[in-house]
Amino acid sequence: MFDLDKWQEIFTTIRQNKLRTFLTGFSVGWGIFMLIILLGSGQGIFNGVESMFNDDAINSIWIRPGQTTMEYKGFKPGRRVKMYNEDYDYLLNTYEGIDRATARDWVWGVNVSYKSEYGSYGVRGCHPGHEYLEKTQMLSGRYLNDIDIQEARKVAVIGKLVQQDLFGQKSTIGEYINISGIPFKVVGVSDDVGSQWEQRSIYIPVSTSQGVFDGGSNEFDMMMVSTGDLSLMETMDLAANIERDLKERLVVDPRDQRGLNIRNNNEEFANIVNVISGMRIFIWVIGIFTIITGVVGVSNIMMIIVKERTKEIGVRKALGATPLSIVSLILQESIFITTLSGYIGLMLGIGLLEGVNKLMPEGTPFFKNPEVDINVAIYATILLIVAGSLAGFFPARKAASIKPIVALRDE
Amino acid sequence: MKEMIRIRDLNKSYQMGHNSLHVLKGIDLDIGQGEFVSIMGSSGSGKSTLLNILGLLDEHDNGSYHLNDVLMKNLSEKKAAYYRNQFIGFVFQSFNLISFKNALENVALPLYYQKVPRKKRNQLAMEYLDKAGLKDWAEHMPNELSGGQKQRVAIARSLISKPKVILADEPTGALDSVTSREVMNLFKEINAEGITVIIVTHENDISAMTQRVIKLKDGIIVAA
Repeated sequence: MFDLDKWQEIFTTIRQNKLRTFLTGFSVGWGIFMLIILLGSGQGIFNGVESMFNDDAINSIWIRPGQTTMEYKGFKPGRRVKMYNEDYDYLLNTYEGIDRATARDWVWGVNVSYKSEYGSYGVRGCHPGHEYLEKTQMLSGRYLNDIDIQEARKVAVIGKLVQQDLFGQKSTIGEYINISGIPFKVVGVSDDVGSQWEQRSIYIPVSTSQGVFDGGSNEFDMMMVSTGDLSLMETMDLAANIERDLKERLVVDPRDQRGLNIRNNNEEFANIVNVISGMRIFIWVIGIFTIITGVVGVSNIMMIIVKERTKEIGVRKALGATPLSIVSLILQESIFITTLSGYIGLMLGIGLLEGVNKLMPEGTPFFKNPEVDINVAIYATILLIVAGSLAGFFPARKAASIKPIVALRDE
Repeated sequence: MKEMIRIRDLNKSYQMGHNSLHVLKGIDLDIGQGEFVSIMGSSGSGKSTLLNILGLLDEHDNGSYHLNDVLMKNLSEKKAAYYRNQFIGFVFQSFNLISFKNALENVALPLYYQKVPRKKRNQLAMEYLDKAGLKDWAEHMPNELSGGQKQRVAIARSLISKPKVILADEPTGALDSVTSREVMNLFKEINAEGITVIIVTHENDISAMTQRVIKLKDGIIVAA
């Protein structure tokens, strides 16, 4: 394949036919460019959606009591449904397959301060399982543990933005912060890449929040359980069972969605995955059509090239060129142009995506890190070259089979 | 004298829609090595067709054609290309230089198809250009050359593969009488080196410069 003389021939031709070369190259480069932009934007959407799921564990079921909207067993609608520690224990003792669990007990309207620094943050009573269910990452120190719950210790894990506000560069672990005037020992600093809200939160043991801020009540606001490695169908069964039993226990009409809301994140995620798969297929279909457009463009221009060069091919044949040498001359030229311009289109596309990525404000919803799998780009280029050669092969072979006498006829 | 071309009862017809046009009607022709021959005839006499068959640019229907004692029959494209490259040099009325190659590259092209290394090729091409008196024009593109110069480049190109036969189709048809004479003198020099030269023309003063005139009329040879 590598024949210096042939390349010399090709470069001479290209130099002498700049416009034609540009046109051929442009159709291919443009096709690849569009494909890259398309796939990259698609990837950006996938990444954006995926990052929205980074906030919480996907394999979880959320249980939120609310306000009833239906009359049931003598209770009027409009009743606030409440959940207590007994309900929490009941759930954990009743169902197999629950991996981790946590209650959430919101503490409202409290000021938090450290020395002269203060602010208002979301304070939340929870169990150790909250770390997993909220996808919390520990930056330093430790999370809450079972002994914290048992002894209702006044300890707190603070989000990294809280730490930045109150402590700045100062050492944090072991220091005491004031929550509503009550000192809490900071045992850990946490992060949550999926949510800024969580970075501004403070976690304390649920027993402490109930004891200190709810006046010793047993109530909490919502709970979350993780489903371990249960299959989607199993989690759907589990969620259905929890809903049925808990509604019975809390005296809520089975059809009342507001009274007790059960959300199976497994199912939600599966739905989103389905949507994303659909989009992926859609983008590939468009991508393939873009390539076909490029191929047709190459094919058209190759036809013109061959027609334009009919006489030249005739001269070459009269001088002793074999059909094979004519085919390979034209094909090699087209493959060279295709590869080079495909590469240029590839680079421009990737460059544009990088630029968009840089200029786009952080945290734009549904769009993050537009990028192209380099393998996809390489496959697309190879596909274009193959398709381009195929498109060029038939005109080239036709040209090579033309009798030299036809090509040389004076017009 | 060694026989270069021997043709027996050669026929050629073209299909024109439903009609068949019988162009060559049983040609017998012998041309020896080193002859300087012209083929004459009016338009439609079949002289160009004969030249194309001689040059393996076209196939004959029946009859036999021996070139350098080799029977030319049912040649594959590849084989025809090989014989053209080895035995025959072409000179055309419209020169047929490749427009995007300079004079030197045009002359070197046949050697490219013989897989001669580039350096050798260009060196030989320069020698042949020098012989044609165009050494100083080697780097010029065809559109920068006069008609006579273009034809001399084309002749140098036809000679570089050291062919046995030069076939020239109206080589002076596009030239004025002075340059025509120069070109014919070049052919004479070539012939003096022992190469068979066959020229198709309809000009009497051109054919008068050759050693032998073959007259074609309506597809048959009327005088040889």
